[in-house]
Amino acid sequence: MADSITSRVSFTLDSSLESVDKVEQTAEQYAKQAGFDEDTVPHIAMAVREAAVNAVLHGNAYDKQKQIHAAFETTTDSLIIRISDEGPGLDPEGIPDPLAPENILRGSGRGIFLIRAFMDEVNFRQLNPGTEMTLIKHRTPAQPGT
Amino acid sequence: MSMKVHTRQVDGITILDLSGRITLGEGSVTIRDAVRDVLAKGSNKILLNLGDINYIDSSGIGELVSAFTTVRNSGGELKLLNLTKKVHDLLQITKLYTVFDIKDDEATAIAAFSK
Repeated sequence: MADSITSRVSFTLDSSLESVDKVEQTAEQYAKQAGFDEDTVPHIAMAVREAAVNAVLHGNAYDKQKQIHAAFETTTDSLIIRISDEGPGLDPEGIPDPLAPENILRGSGRGIFLIRAFMDEVNFRQLNPGTEMTLIKHRTPAQPGT
Repeated sequence: MSMKVHTRQVDGITILDLSGRITLGEGSVTIRDAVRDVLAKGSNKILLNLGDINYIDSSGIGELVSAFTTVRNSGGELKLLNLTKKVHDLLQITKLYTVFDIKDDEATAIAAFSK
């Protein structure tokens, strides 16, 4: 069956914590509508919140001249969320492992880790300027051979 | 919903009863200020009661870690009490569950502080 889009919305928001809250609330709403269970919905909402925080704080550095962009898409197979910023760019390979003994007591650096823990796929794309993060959660577990 | 802190003393231990959300911004700052206030007043045995914390994000987790190291570096002890399932799971995922001394019962937690 084709992976057709059933629902889609996108926002352009300023670089503020209010925007983070709006993106998180939309993620929760979309995750519920997509039929995820009560344990998975908060995980998706948190992952999306972390991505939005990353865009506002680390990407745009709260710059009022820069915006974040959030797009939510429900397909027959997945919930797909894209969050982008207009910052200097992010090298995901350069992020220290927060589970490494030398990093375990750091006061920051767990956001991307939690996103990866809660989503099925996380992809980064460098924009000019900025970074786009795509978060995907499959609506049904992938079956072998399909 | 923002985070609230209620401070009380039991047997020389400062208990911070936290409620609400510990997230980037207000919640993280509130917990940081609360711990600093306790240390400034000369107490360095702190029990963070997280029983009414219904949400925590990576910034909040980082703030708990920073509080832990700040208190430890001052020669004190910081323990956690009454984790909700959500907070418990996050500390498991981030491997911090074994870093913190975590208790489910206040009396047991109080007794676990060094005399």
